[in-house]
Amino acid sequence: MASYSIPKLRSHLFYILMVVAGAIVLAAMFAVHAMEEHGHIITGMNNQIVWGMPHVFAIFLIVAASGVLNVSSIGSVFNKPAYKVRAPLAGLLSIAMLAGGLTVLMLDLGRPDRIIVAATNFNPTSVFAWNIVLYSGMFAAVAVYLWTLMEQRMNPWSKPAGFAVFIWRFVLTTGTGVIFSFLVARQAYGTAILPPMFIVISFAWGLAVFHVVQAAIYEWNGLHLDEYVQKRMRNLMGVFVIASLYFVATYHLTNLYFARQTEFERFILSEGGIYPQLFWIGYVLLGNVLPLILIYLPALDRYKRIPLASLLVIVGGFCLLYVFIIGGQAFPLDIFPGYSVSSSFADGEIGSYHPSLPEILLGLGGVGVAFLITAIGTRVLDFVPRELPKK
Amino acid sequence: MSDIDFQRRNFLKTAAGAALVTVAPGMLLFDVAHGKQIEAGKVRWGMLIDTAACKPGCNDCVTACNKENGLSGGTAATDSQWIRKIEIKDISSGREVSLPMMCQHCEHPPCVDVCPTGASFKRADGIVLVDKHRCIGCRYCMMACPYKARSFVHEPLHDQNPDVPRGKGTVESCTLCVHRIDQGGQPACAEACANKVILFGDLNDPNSEIAQKVKAVVSTQIRADLKLNPGVRYQGL
Amino acid sequence: MPKLDIGKGGECVKDTQWMRKNHMHMLKHQRDETVHKGNREGSSLKDCIECHASIKDDSVIAREDSFCVACHKYEAVKLDCFECHSGLRKSAWLKRDAK
Repeated sequence: MASYSIPKLRSHLFYILMVVAGAIVLAAMFAVHAMEEHGHIITGMNNQIVWGMPHVFAIFLIVAASGVLNVSSIGSVFNKPAYKVRAPLAGLLSIAMLAGGLTVLMLDLGRPDRIIVAATNFNPTSVFAWNIVLYSGMFAAVAVYLWTLMEQRMNPWSKPAGFAVFIWRFVLTTGTGVIFSFLVARQAYGTAILPPMFIVISFAWGLAVFHVVQAAIYEWNGLHLDEYVQKRMRNLMGVFVIASLYFVATYHLTNLYFARQTEFERFILSEGGIYPQLFWIGYVLLGNVLPLILIYLPALDRYKRIPLASLLVIVGGFCLLYVFIIGGQAFPLDIFPGYSVSSSFADGEIGSYHPSLPEILLGLGGVGVAFLITAIGTRVLDFVPRELPKK
Repeated sequence: MSDIDFQRRNFLKTAAGAALVTVAPGMLLFDVAHGKQIEAGKVRWGMLIDTAACKPGCNDCVTACNKENGLSGGTAATDSQWIRKIEIKDISSGREVSLPMMCQHCEHPPCVDVCPTGASFKRADGIVLVDKHRCIGCRYCMMACPYKARSFVHEPLHDQNPDVPRGKGTVESCTLCVHRIDQGGQPACAEACANKVILFGDLNDPNSEIAQKVKAVVSTQIRADLKLNPGVRYQGL
Repeated sequence: MPKLDIGKGGECVKDTQWMRKNHMHMLKHQRDETVHKGNREGSSLKDCIECHASIKDDSVIAREDSFCVACHKYEAVKLDCFECHSGLRKSAWLKRDAK
């Protein structure tokens, strides 16, 4: 399949990608510098919408970082051989995306120069503080797990290591979900369904990212993905997409039942302008219905179905997070139930938010970091799956 | 006892000791983080706000707070507001009320629970503050506050009041004028109100004016259903 | 040694060499006492500034030879305090504020 010119192109392609990703990360660093210099006033965030685009990117990356390890878990914990060979790549992706997400979160802080303070002053009732432990522990756990997979002598340990990673990432994703669950006063949050919802959503997003990366690696290295593996992974993603849609539907349907939540749901699902649009068109249609059609329709088995469906799932994921994080803040706090309110501090008003360039650059920078780690990792070390011989 | 029993006993002692050493700091920190009162029966600062006397359109408390604490007085989405006047209207009856809203200085503050560094804390006398030295500007407390009491400083500040340090990248809110209270004074808003709407005092002192009034008149806490037990109470709601 | 405007000068806390070595620890301890426990006894940052702000411009940070800036610049240690704290003598700030 490979002709003489293709290896050169592949090599050039790698360097081109490095330059592009590097440029994006550099632009992000410039945005961070501007934010540190001038303050958050140059962003779209304000006292009503305190978490914006950077958090949308960061939470996607962190949730997907946890979910992508499903591929490894199915291999190591549930012993499916087709997944076992993919476990190292999934582990690398997990580390890469976690690094990218944390980069964005830490650089969006009002005082990023005080990370040391965060590391040395620990409030045990704060889920943010626990997440510092969980996220850094995750790096260590996945690193050890990768070692057990890639160092032949350590292979017998890959099952317990994989199990430890499996448990750790459930705790970590729960930790991500409860960030919002614990916000008792906000109508969008403060519910116990969020941790399991995030866990199941992580399965879908993680696998979607894995598909995209795997497809790119195979395409750019002239490899072919076996049809049997394609079908299994594709169907698995279908199951995850349906399951996560179920959780999102349950969250909204339950909310609709409570009279005190009705106005909020009306805002998110029908009257809130950009939020219902992103929810129905971005998340439900593009992020769920279209991918499910692509996955399950028994049309021609074309290779390109999976990456496209996966990309749509990812787009849908960003849309959902925008609605969840930003829409959830845009809806005003109900401080005086039964009263209509107005003040100089936007009480009773829908919060206004427009994503700004520094925020988007920062978010993309996180993706760039994840990309660089993955690309350099697969180039330098043995992460590309070594396919099993056909039976 | 046999050798093995001795070994087991030692092992259990060591394990229990190790577990205790691991858990103890967390338990101590738990108290610190929740601002638990080290001595019971101490001062608890609070305010009683008479909404019937509060005039719609009057902003004296806000102006006084801004002047005292060096706030710009601006009301853009990125401007800090430590106190604000809210006009509320009962949807069913149409009755209108005007009232000032500020940090409610809860007994069980959600902002203290969520702060990763312990910058948001409750002092022993009940005042909820932000230790700007520890604040990393994550804004989680702003997400958690049911009263939207907190503001984030979005731009570099200059010429701060030496009594009220505040800076870019940290979160801030009403301090109950802690710098004045510690010298025996009153919060600026309480002092400035011509209609004597805001009554400040020690809720735990049975002889104080506020404690006696709270006992005598009907007052409520805002979002009392959340069981945060704020130190700020409102009459006439 | 950097040229230093010591303001009113004199010694009210400890001797110069001790202060050079320990002022940061003293400030950190004092700040936790004040912020967390409300203990305003002992020297506050305002008190330090009261003496050490320049007689000319009432500031510890306005110029290259201001009390805090001169040594910190020489040692290349970033001054974080005055992001939040005022560098002005309080009496001077009150006069300016009253205008």
